[in-house]
Amino acid sequence: MASMDTSGGDSGHKKGPGVKKAKKLSTRVDMTPMVDLGFLLITFFIFTTTMSTPNTTRLIMPKDEKDPEKQTEVKQSGALTILMAKDNNLYYYEGQMEGDGSNFKSSTYKEIRDVIQKKKKDVMLLGRGLGYNADSTDKDFVVVIKPNSDATYKNTVDILDEMTINNVQRFALIDITDTEMEAIKLTEQKGGGK
Amino acid sequence: MPSVKIPRKSTDTDMTPFVDVAFLILSFFMLATKFKPPEPLTITTPTSVSSAKLKEQDAILIQFDSAGKVYLTVNLLKKEDNALKLDFIQRVNNEAKLGLTESELQKFVNFSTIGSPLSELKAIFARPANEWEKINQKGIPVDTANNELQRWLGASSQTFQGKKMDIMIKGDNNAKYPSFKGVIEALRANDIFKYKLITDPKGVPPGTDLYQLRQAGKGIQSES
Repeated sequence: MASMDTSGGDSGHKKGPGVKKAKKLSTRVDMTPMVDLGFLLITFFIFTTTMSTPNTTRLIMPKDEKDPEKQTEVKQSGALTILMAKDNNLYYYEGQMEGDGSNFKSSTYKEIRDVIQKKKKDVMLLGRGLGYNADSTDKDFVVVIKPNSDATYKNTVDILDEMTINNVQRFALIDITDTEMEAIKLTEQKGGGK
Repeated sequence: MPSVKIPRKSTDTDMTPFVDVAFLILSFFMLATKFKPPEPLTITTPTSVSSAKLKEQDAILIQFDSAGKVYLTVNLLKKEDNALKLDFIQRVNNEAKLGLTESELQKFVNFSTIGSPLSELKAIFARPANEWEKINQKGIPVDTANNELQRWLGASSQTFQGKKMDIMIKGDNNAKYPSFKGVIEALRANDIFKYKLITDPKGVPPGTDLYQLRQAGKGIQSES
């Protein structure tokens, strides 16, 4: 510990008789309480510090186009529709939904990435066949996101994030239709809502 | 046989370096700590891979908590802009005929957060501003039948014309989609199509397209 050399110095002086030698006191200070306090403060500041500043995700929504002439047409071959339901359930179908619901599948937030990637690859292959430019073979790929009223905000952001992760250029956030609601309900009743 | 004497060593260890480091860390944390400003509602934001940092700037912050209550906050960095805040609330006051007095309007300039239906604002504004946080406010209605946020945003885009205002949306993980949709609808009705969602950072999963883009030094969102 921080100690000063107290020996020596006055050792050369001879004290006269009767002069009592002062008892040498240690200059060592017990630092334990100070250290205790120091660490207490450290822990306090560690816990109160907000290290990670929140991030922002940019979201650009399309203009509400009433005119059907100007509405974006989506190729059926390149469309992937993701439906979000309650309890983190997820459903999807490719292209248009079949009347018998044969292409209506359920998924989870973990598995949906593979679904998106696979679909994207398929569309890119198709685009190459159609002779699109090499850097825009995925231009027909559109993900349609339809959260129903039981989906949470986290679900929505997760899926939007999935778009960023998989570099999906075109996606749309659209209201769910009644037929789709019906399909979800039916799947849930069947116990397939895993 | 001569016994080997083991020199008795002091059990005291020199704690000086230890203490030095401890206080160094302490001073680091003391300087680095930025205390969170008190927030009217607790929100746990979802995570995203976005890399754009949240900047402190003039913004209109729309928040909704897990119950779906929507709050609107006007954040202006400069004190001089407080006149704009007054102008903003004055505009709403006139349009919706709330009948608020001058001193009541002044309370908004200090508090800057609105979280009640227009019909209840008079009662809220009658109380001192420091009590507002304790009041269990109902949130701004955003349902399709009565989307009052639309009016607020309409007034804000008129007031803050020519000023660079960002629209930030901060939602709770467990908020249901309709409240988010209501917010989007209100923004869309005011021809606002670009906004930012406040999220917590998360790592990019390896092997994905974005991961490869980031590795190549691309795909990083610009700040603005």
